[in-house]
Amino acid sequence: MDTVLGIDLPTWWFLLIGALISGYGILDGFDLGAGAVHLFFRKEESRRIALNAIGPVWDGNEVWLVIGAGSLFAAFPFVYGTILSVFYLPFMLFLVAIIFRAISIEFRSKEEMKWWRKMWDVSFCLSSITISLLLGLILGNLIQGIPLNANHEFVGRLRDFFNPYALLIAVTVLSLFMMHGAMYLIMKTEDRIFTRLTIIANNTSKFFILCFMATSLATLIYVPHMTAIFKDHPALFVLPVAAVLIVLNIRRSIEKRQYQRGFVSSAVTTALLLILFAMGLYPNLVLSNIDPRGHISIYQAASSEGSLRTMLLIAFIGMPLVATYTIFMFWTFRGKVKLEEHSY
Amino acid sequence: MDNVELLSRIQFAFTIAFHYIYPPLSIGLGVCLVVMEGLYLKTKDKIYEELTRFWVRIFALIFGIGVATGIVMEFEFGTNWATYSRYVGDIFGSALAAEGIFAFALESAFLGILLFGWNKVSPRVHFLATVLVALGSIFSALWIVVANSWQQTPSGYRIEGTGMQARAIVTDFWAMVFNPSSIERYSHVLIGALLAGSFLVLSVSAWYILKKQYVVHSRAAFRIALWVAAVSSLGQLFTGHQSAEVVTKYQPAKLAAMEGHFKKSAPADMYLMGWVNASEQKTMGLKIPGGLSFLVHQDFNAPIPGLNSIKAENRPTAVNFVFQTYHLMVAIGMTLIALTLFSLYLLYKKKLFETRWLMSVFVFAVLLPQIANQVGWYTAEVGRQPWVVYGLLRTSDALSQAVKAEHVLASLILFTLVYVMLFALFLYLLNKKIQHGPDVMDSDQEEPSSRMNPVLN
Ligand code: HDD
Ligand code: HEM
Ligand code: HEM
Repeated sequence: MDTVLGIDLPTWWFLLIGALISGYGILDGFDLGAGAVHLFFRKEESRRIALNAIGPVWDGNEVWLVIGAGSLFAAFPFVYGTILSVFYLPFMLFLVAIIFRAISIEFRSKEEMKWWRKMWDVSFCLSSITISLLLGLILGNLIQGIPLNANHEFVGRLRDFFNPYALLIAVTVLSLFMMHGAMYLIMKTEDRIFTRLTIIANNTSKFFILCFMATSLATLIYVPHMTAIFKDHPALFVLPVAAVLIVLNIRRSIEKRQYQRGFVSSAVTTALLLILFAMGLYPNLVLSNIDPRGHISIYQAASSEGSLRTMLLIAFIGMPLVATYTIFMFWTFRGKVKLEEHSY
Repeated sequence: MDNVELLSRIQFAFTIAFHYIYPPLSIGLGVCLVVMEGLYLKTKDKIYEELTRFWVRIFALIFGIGVATGIVMEFEFGTNWATYSRYVGDIFGSALAAEGIFAFALESAFLGILLFGWNKVSPRVHFLATVLVALGSIFSALWIVVANSWQQTPSGYRIEGTGMQARAIVTDFWAMVFNPSSIERYSHVLIGALLAGSFLVLSVSAWYILKKQYVVHSRAAFRIALWVAAVSSLGQLFTGHQSAEVVTKYQPAKLAAMEGHFKKSAPADMYLMGWVNASEQKTMGLKIPGGLSFLVHQDFNAPIPGLNSIKAENRPTAVNFVFQTYHLMVAIGMTLIALTLFSLYLLYKKKLFETRWLMSVFVFAVLLPQIANQVGWYTAEVGRQPWVVYGLLRTSDALSQAVKAEHVLASLILFTLVYVMLFALFLYLLNKKIQHGPDVMDSDQEEPSSRMNPVLN
């Protein structure tokens, strides 16, 4: 098998897609979280400030999803087809929520009427919550594995997806995003809404820690294959330890009112949790919970070597560009939000 | 055809046809914005700044819906067409990933600056953002059309595996990108987008001119858009003709359906309009006998293979549909050429803005490029059936195995409800923005004046 810098091509793509999904979780995570806490703000002005804090950046954040999904399609088409079609209805709901969220942000400010704005506020909040929960639900099922037979054909039912473990992961993802979003908004706001947000950040972080502990415990007990890797490579145990420390650091930063630090820590938490998931998975991409022959490995699912190589080149050229735009965009809109004529 | 297939096709066609209302407008308007803001930077004339700001607000609305409905398209390949995704992933996936990395990231990052950056960056940087957003949307069309063109005229690949395991593998990346139809179809799609955008500007401006509001602004905008539209409509005839040549060469079944030509091998006529009776294999209407033969071979008597020379299971079934959509597109193309050239003539005679009936025509003409864009795709896509990947993969083999008909029905109903609501809101808000008009800062600008740009007069 061909390698680049000693790593084979499917593994490169496994890593890259992992990075893209983490990037999506960190970036869209905060604006989804901002949406999920939106209804906690009561005053019209606070809601506008909160909305405009993510106004110029949320679309760029969502593009990480588009690129991540596109890359999965390109590098592992078999997995792309399998995951999306197996979770057909959850993804359809997800798409509808994505639509509602986009238009809520876009349409809210277009009319003065109270009911109009309220309607889009509710729609913005609910769609953000729905997206976070669905992402968690799908993730939760992928962690446990889905019923694929030896031919990788799906033999399960829709309602099996709503199992307690997956629901727990769904709530955990929501709580993580809410905390992450609250801390983002704190960095962008002042005065009244700032004070309100410090309370929200405090509460959501406590809630997240509860979920985090429950998830860790449940994973240890019910999903042993996710922890098997530590038996073979005990050194890797630093990662879960690091995760715990960083989660504790979020609490510490919030108590010390160092929100920037807290925000960075919750971003790192998102990435670390996904890395732990990826380690439990590798070299598979989709696990079967009924027959090990049903696992889909990166080697079975990968596109041709030539295609992977070409796309790696595209990624090496493209990703620095994307990073540059992203930084430029955040830099342009740095600092606290001020409402002006063009604001939402 | 089983239900999953039928429902998935309806859903795909419906969601993409809906999506395709917006991207052409975004692309076309994006280019118009570049011209307007460029003129502002060059002349420092406030009128162009106010126009730019006005059209940016409309652009934002259209763009937002384009993005929201576009994400649906990307996911639908995996959800409904899993077998297809696996078959073409090697090829199609790279185009889609490149689209995300090179085009969408560019668009969405600079869109923030375009919409919200007026007071944050200098006018030059703002203009740069406008240019990059326009470029981003032009790139995004490139990759998606390349991918679609590969499905129409596959090249640069080999097939690996058999049966359900078969898939296409790229052997030559550039041959894949520049497959026999990409350039012709991309230029045709792009010009179609320019027509959609410029006719929106023409329509709104004509409406203001009729109502005697923002007359100076509207005349300036009308002139810009009229030039774009006139050049584009001629370009569309040219690129459309080239597309037809590609179809003739690579998709004879589609060509035969487009002109309702059944006989195995005979000179083919060209219809101006008509009706196909597929069961009796008859086409009636206003025609130039041997016209198609002449266009293809420069000889009125040259034989062209008809539908009967193609195996029954490989023929497009909806022949009349392909015939009608194709002829509607061409008829609209000709109308646009006549309309824009005539208007340029009146502009030259300095009578254009006084010709009120013509202004009324322009108010409604915004629908023409939209319809042509839609029916153009129907021709290309329905004419390609029964294949998803021409000659390689049948639509009926492309489905997801894991998906049940009732799930697709549920999602189809969901999308229908959401899109109907979305479309109503879109029209409502668009109308509101148009009624509101540009924000004019000082009032003496409303005098028809010497301030207008002499270059465009
Ligand atoms: C990149 C790929 C791609 C692109 C850009 C388009 N299509 Fe397409 N289209 C497909 C890829 C495709 C497909 C995946 O290949 C479908 C689904 C089922 C099929 O047979 O082809 C299809 C089917 C399909 C059908 C149903 C045909 C039938 O079932 O008889 C219609 C009406 C359209 N498309 C219309 C459009 C429109 C209006 C487009 C404008 C944006 C468009 N297509 C762009
Ligand atoms: C099956 C085909 C298609 C797929 C899968 C698709 C996918 C997408 C996706 C995922 C987005 C949202 C990107 C974002 O978040 O910014 C999008 C928007 C867009 N698409 Fe499509 N698209 C398709 C057809 C087309 C076609 C045929 C064109 C043009 C010729 C086009 C042009 C655009 C443009 C310009 C945008 C940016 C948003 C806008 O301007 O409205 N798309 N598309
Ligand atoms: C003026 C005469 C025109 C001719 C001769 C013409 C010809 C064609 C042909 C032959 C195709 C099919 C290509 C294929 O199947 O691969 C096509 C497709 C298409 N046409 Fe036209 N066309 C004309 C005008 C227009 C106009 C005015 C518009 C829109 C404003 C338009 C928009 C489209 C679109 C969006 C497609 C589908 C994309 C593609 O396949 O390229 N066309 N046209």
